[in-house]
Order: sequence, then structure tokens, then C-alpha cells
Amino acid sequence: MDKTTKVVDLEKVVIKFAGDSGDGMQLTGSQFTDTSALLGNDLATFPDFPAEIRAPQGTVAGVSGFQIHIGRIDINTPGDIADVLVAMNPAALKANKKSIKKGGTIIVNIDSFTKRDLEKAGYENSPLEDNSFEGYNIIEAPITKLTRETLKDSGLDGKSVGRSKNMFALGIVYWMFNRPMEQTEQFLKKKFEKKPEVVEANIKVMHAGYNFADTIEALPSSYTVLSANLRKGTYRNVMGNQATAWGFLAAAERANKELFLGSYPITPASDILHELAKHKNLGVKTFQAEDEIAGICSAIGASFTGSLAITTTSGPGLALKGEALGLAIMTELPLVVVDVQRGGPSTGLPTKTEQSDLFQALYGRNGESPAVILASSTPANCFDWSYMASKITLEHNTPVVLLSDGYLGNGAEPWNIKSTKDMPSITPNIATEGEEYLPYKRDDRTLARELALPGTKGMEHRLGGLEKEDITGNVSYDGDNHEKMCRIREEKINRIANILPKQEVFGKEKGDLLVVGWGGTHGSLYSAVEKLQKEGLNISLSQFNYINPLPKNTAEIFNNFKKIVVCELNNGQFVNYLRMKNQGVIFNQYNKLQGLPFTTSELEDYFKTLLKN
Amino acid sequence: MAHLTNKDFTSDQEVKWCPGCGDYAILRAMQKALPQLERNKEDFVFVSGIGCSSRFPYYMNTYGFHTIHGRAPAFATGVKLANPKLSVWQITGDGDALAIGGNHFIHALRRNIDINILLFNNEIYGLTKGQFSPTSKKGIKTKSNPHGTTDEPFSPSDLAIGAQGSFFARVVDTNPKLMQKIFLEAEEHRGTSLIEILQNCVIFNDKTFAPITAKEVKQEAQLIVEDGKAMLFGAENNKGLILNGFKLEVVTIGENGITEKDILVHNAKEEDPTLHAMLARMRPPEFPAALGIIRAVNKPTFNEGLLAQLEYEKENAKFKTVDELLKSGDTWEIED
Repeated sequence: MDKTTKVVDLEKVVIKFAGDSGDGMQLTGSQFTDTSALLGNDLATFPDFPAEIRAPQGTVAGVSGFQIHIGRIDINTPGDIADVLVAMNPAALKANKKSIKKGGTIIVNIDSFTKRDLEKAGYENSPLEDNSFEGYNIIEAPITKLTRETLKDSGLDGKSVGRSKNMFALGIVYWMFNRPMEQTEQFLKKKFEKKPEVVEANIKVMHAGYNFADTIEALPSSYTVLSANLRKGTYRNVMGNQATAWGFLAAAERANKELFLGSYPITPASDILHELAKHKNLGVKTFQAEDEIAGICSAIGASFTGSLAITTTSGPGLALKGEALGLAIMTELPLVVVDVQRGGPSTGLPTKTEQSDLFQALYGRNGESPAVILASSTPANCFDWSYMASKITLEHNTPVVLLSDGYLGNGAEPWNIKSTKDMPSITPNIATEGEEYLPYKRDDRTLARELALPGTKGMEHRLGGLEKEDITGNVSYDGDNHEKMCRIREEKINRIANILPKQEVFGKEKGDLLVVGWGGTHGSLYSAVEKLQKEGLNISLSQFNYINPLPKNTAEIFNNFKKIVVCELNNGQFVNYLRMKNQGVIFNQYNKLQGLPFTTSELEDYFKTLLKN
Repeated sequence: MAHLTNKDFTSDQEVKWCPGCGDYAILRAMQKALPQLERNKEDFVFVSGIGCSSRFPYYMNTYGFHTIHGRAPAFATGVKLANPKLSVWQITGDGDALAIGGNHFIHALRRNIDINILLFNNEIYGLTKGQFSPTSKKGIKTKSNPHGTTDEPFSPSDLAIGAQGSFFARVVDTNPKLMQKIFLEAEEHRGTSLIEILQNCVIFNDKTFAPITAKEVKQEAQLIVEDGKAMLFGAENNKGLILNGFKLEVVTIGENGITEKDILVHNAKEEDPTLHAMLARMRPPEFPAALGIIRAVNKPTFNEGLLAQLEYEKENAKFKTVDELLKSGDTWEIED
């Protein structure tokens, strides 16, 4: 296909596909993502779907979206606001009015702007006919009609024809961004292997969309986004939850352990269960339990028996797992609890992101029950952090809570594929058969106790949730012993700081403003800080992945800046934790609780204000 | 393993149940039964929840795990799945299994994971000092309901059968020989074996099972069923069960023309659980209480199913290492 239209090079562009939750927008978005990745773009994506699987058709509540940020420069977030919006119906347009850049391009399926569709979306008049979108580049595409026309001789029923219209939209966007369609053609052939008529129809419709875009004059220009400047290597796209699952697989292989996952489905963590359930070939045992509690308890049972045992959940599930996590702390067994955080409290915002559970992970249990807390900070590094969580738990025999979030878990980005050989070795802390075994005897350096696994001759012993006598592990109600054991459990966690790398600072080590973040906000904080650094401002960023214990140089970093601001998608959990640990240091805080990530522009504005005053 | 004796299974911990507690007899029966199994001591794991009975693992010199209230079936499931070669025993009580742990209890039975569950049923909460439990008889007066309970009690056998349990046996704490025999058969059974032990709490619910276990009545009040044998009982072993319409009836041989041939023969292997449920529900004075193995049917186990899938997937895998997985699918190269 010749391209006669002017091609404009762009550094980066944000595209959002939005439609009814039955319109196939997630698939359309992922296809565009995969094709862009193969062209060497750097990218980040974020799906935005309703909590209800099928909310009433055509309503704002039922709008499902998929945002993708592609570019030839370093892309760290799925983008604040879209340059191009595809709206399959009036509800999708209404829901995204604030997500589209002033003057941006909006492709609407004009066939779905009937009176009835408008009413369902809560519009009295068509927003395309009043001044609501003045100044935007609106492309009215008769997507439904042209899809039907394309498939009139296909023999497919009306329902199947209707389902193909997302391919028309994809074709338009492929043309706009000068993308080849082969990748999607291959995908369709594989997905509908047994339904060649469906493959043919979808490909035909996609081409029709592409040709429609090519022929109509409404498109002012065609964009191209050149390859990103990524480091040499073999890349693939990876989603956060997938990377988390793979990190555990890698850790189990390196530790020579069987991986056991006990879990109960919960949004947005279920994809880790789905991913691991696929890989029985690698010896993974996944157990979908009857509830959250049975999920963690089965994992603790498997850990006692020698597996690398994990459980995956989100906020409400972590609440249910609290008592069992306390048992794992008391019995000093390895266990990783993954919490893919979502908006709370209670059921809260299941499909929206929030750094909701830091306090719950730190303090949400009875008694003095310290756990190691780690946090992933990009979709791809979820791999590294689930690996590290496994290493720490197996070597120190103490539970680790790994905090991810909905934004990381469902987000995707290119990943320079690591080999398991690039990862640090893991040496599980197991007693040697034949030696005298005292369950609560400890390593002098780490204070970790050794495990003896059922089936090992001569090492029979009993564990439990009652307080343990130092060294023997027998039940003890002695007050002095209890105090000693509480201090040991605390000190054991603190000593893990001895093996942690130094906390890093992006930018100058000393300066006017230090931005502090933790976990999933890395992309937005990094983009904002980098932009202000380029503008010459004296600003640095320190993003934390090790939460408990904190890296040893943490206090030192804070002392080198005139001002510190801790940015979080919650009401100030990390900042208050830091205040407790660093008395005398003044921390400013910037918090957002809208179920959405930070936008880089809001951060830039706030940082500038802080620097001025 | 003939060299193992009950002493090998006795831990160095002082047993702390109340003097006269039925739990002592159960512990001794277990310590005597296990040496009879041809297994190494290190292959046994005892898992418990919370309650008087759940202290049991501390007194067994095997691997043991005293976990949290009600959740022992989930821990035991994790142990068994992680190492299916182990012999896994769950110790629980009526509060632990049927109140706080009801959900895990029914799901273990439904899945038919190969563990043995010993349900110490004393129809009372002992460790928390005497509140009524889900199996307490209706109307019982306790500290938490001084005017008498208005709760209907659970029937553990009905719950187990409703959950598609493959093995249900009942014993009394006053019959150590029968306990030993049933423990061994439960271990033989593939799948979840539930043994309800009618256990006396001397402090808070003394003699609640006396109408079944008291010396003076036990011969008339107990029917010890055996697979393939006529269901006879009584001091002279001349009473038996027949089906009258859809109901069980106690008859006496020699009366009304009844001969031994008329007496029902027990079939524990029958898949249809109707008769098993009826037998398990029998109670004095109208009926004897049924003891022994009431139901033992062969069904696929959860652990074997999972292992078979693992084996199949390993043999037919597209990739054998994690590195192969990481590099599978769409990848692209970036050159310098």
C-alpha cells in the first residue's frame, strides 16, 4: 500500500482504545502493542476495565479502555493523556473526555451515535454536534456499516460480524501509525485455527479499516514513531503479573525447589495464578483453594514440607491471610505473599490501582510480627523482585510480603530478557541430615534457623503457633523467653539490611529537592524528575523497593537534601513510616487517591511549587 | 520396620490433657497402631488446628504442625501435595472442624485428598472452657447459652457424605482395639479418611456419650459394622437390622420368623451413600450407634490427579527450562 500522505515523525505518542466492554478493546490494544514492540518501539500500556464483566451495554459504567504509550525515547509510563482516542460509542467518548489531549484526534464509530446510544451514555444531544469537542480533530468513521458491508458475502451471522468491528478500528490506527498488519494476521490465524472463516473475516475487516483510513481525507497526516533507543539484547513484551510469575519460576529452578502456589482468585492478582497454572511442565504445583485463608495455609504446609511456597492476593485477601502469616512468622518458615494492591478499604476499587496496603503488610497482624516487605516498581522488574523475595525467604527462613499493584500487574513494557543464570544464586537454609537438630538454633550472623523437612530421618520435630522456647522450639509460656524471642524475630529482619545493596539516587546526591517514592509509581516519578532535571532544576529521585528493612544508607540520603517530598498513591503510609524511622527529618507529602497513577504533569507542577517556596 | 514400638512414637513432652480425658486413650491407640504400618517414622506428619485435641502432634514423636484454628485441612493439603509420599494425619475437634473450619473440612472431603482426619467429637468447647459446639445436643445449657441452646447440631457423617466423602468411620474412646484397627484401615484407604471419635470431656461434658459407651449398655447400644458381614449386635448377638420400606428397623432373630438371613449385610464399598447415612444417624435408645467403617469407596484422589497432570505436562512440554519459557513467543533483537 503506497502512502502518499505526509508522514510525521513523532518522539512519542499516547493512543487510547475505548469501547463497550464487549467491543474487544483489550485485544485491539494488545495487538497494537505487540506490533509496535516488534518494530522496536519502547512502550508502556495500561488496561482500564470496569469491575463488572459485562456492565449494561452502551453505558459509561461498561466502558473498557486500553492505553498505550509508544516512543523512540525512554517510555516509563502509559502516558498521562491520549493524543489519539478511538471511541466505539458515545459512552466511551464521555468516559474519556478528560483523557484526551486538547486538539487531539478522536476516531468515533459514528454508527453508534444513534438517539438510543446517546441516551444510554447520558447525552441529551450528540456531543459531536454541539461544541463539546470544538478544536478536536474528529474522524467520523462508519465502522459498523462498513464492517457489515465488507462481510456481507462472508456467510457469517450478524453477531460474528458485529464482533469484527474492532478490527476495522485497529486497521485505521495501523494506517495512522504506519504499522504493518502481518503480526496481527498471524495472531488471528493462530487464535481461530479451527475457524478459517472467522480468520478471513477479521483480516478482511482490518484491511478495510486500513484502506478506509488511506482513502478518506479526514486524516490530516500519518504518523510514524521510530524505534526506541533500547540497549542491545533480545526483547519481549511482558506484563507485570506475568513477570512476577516468571520470577518465581526462575527462583525455584535456581534454588532447586519445587514451586507451590496456594491461591484464591481475586482481581487484580489472578493472572499470576493463571500464568503459573500453565506451567505444570516446569514442575509447578498450583492449588486453587476454597478461600484466601486456605490459599496461604496450603502454601505454609507446602513450605514446611520443602517447597518454595507462595500465595497471591490483593488487599481484602491479605486481610484474610493475616493470622496465617503470623503463624509463618512464628514458625519461621519461608513464604512469599504477593499483594497486587487495589483501591480500598473493603471491596473498594477492584480494578483500580492504589498503594493501599503498605500499612497492612507492615502492621496488619496480632502481636509483634515483623515481615520482610519488598515492592516491585515496573512491570518488567516484577521478575527481579519476585526472584529476590524468593531468595530472601529461602535463605533467611522468614516470610516476605511482595507488594505490586494493579497498575504494574496489568501494565506491559518491553523486557530485555534475562537468563536465570544472570540471577544471584539461592541457597535454601536446610539442616544437614545426620546432625543433631534443634529447630530454633540460629545462624550467628543472620539469626536464621534451619529447616528439617518431613521425610528426613532422625529430625522429627513439632512446630506451631504457640511461643517457642529459644533453641529447642518447645512450647514455652515463660515471659523472659517471650521477650527474647520477640526481639530475635525483629533483629533477624533488621539484619537482612546487611546484605542489601545501597539505596540509589537518580540525579545528584545532594540538592534542593529529593523526590521519594516506592513501588509502582517509579515510571511517573522518574519521568517528571527527569524532565525537571533537563530544565536545569536541582531535583533527584530515590525510589524504594526494599521497604522492611530499609537499606542502611537511607537516613544518609535524606540528610543531603534541603527538601524531601514523599509521593504515594495513598494517604501517606510510606511517609509516616519514614517519619517513624527518621525522627527529626522533615518530609513533605504528595498523595493521590483516585484509583489512577500520577500524571507526570501534575507532579512537575507540584515539584516546581516546592522548589520555589 | 518391626523394630519400631509405641515408645518410638512417644515424644519427650509432658502430656497436659485433664486427668481422665478421652484423648489419652486415642493417643495411646495411635502410638500402638503406627508401628504396625510398614513405614519409617520420618514419613508421618501430624497436622492440627486449635483446641484440646489439636495439642496431639506435640505428643507424637513424628513431624508435627500445630497450626491455626480451623485451617488444618488446608495445611495438610499443602503438606500432601508438596510430598505425596508422606502419611498425613489431621487431628481436629468438633469446634475446629465444624465451626471455624467447616469450609476447609468439606472441601478436603470433596477433593478426596489422601489424608486421614481424626475428628475428636466431644460435643463441647474444652479449651475455651465449656461453651456449646456445633455438635452439642440441642437444649444443652452452657456458659455461652445458660438458657439452653436453640441450635440444631451438625451430624458429622451427614456433612461428610454430603461433601462426597469416600471414607467415614466411627469409634469410641473406650474401645482402644477398635481404634487401632480403624486407624490402620484409614491409612490404607486412598482418599480423605474421616474418623469420628466419640470422645468424653470429663470436665465440661462428662458422660455425654454414656448412653452409647457405658459398660452396662454398650452391647445393646453399639453396632460394630464390618464390610460383608451381617449387622448383628446385642449381648447375645441376636439383634440385627433390616430395611422396612425406606427405614431401618431393629429385629431379634427368632422373633416374628426372623432368621439370620433376613439381616442386612454391610457393604461399605457401595457408592450410593443412602444406607451409609442412615446407619451413621442411628442413635440409642431406638437404635444402636453404628461404629466401625461405615463407608469406604474407591474414588480418584486429588493428589494423584495433580501428579498425573504434572507427569503428562512434563513429558509433552514444549520447553523444559525456565530460560526456554522466557524466550518463547514473540521476541525481537536490538542491535547496538
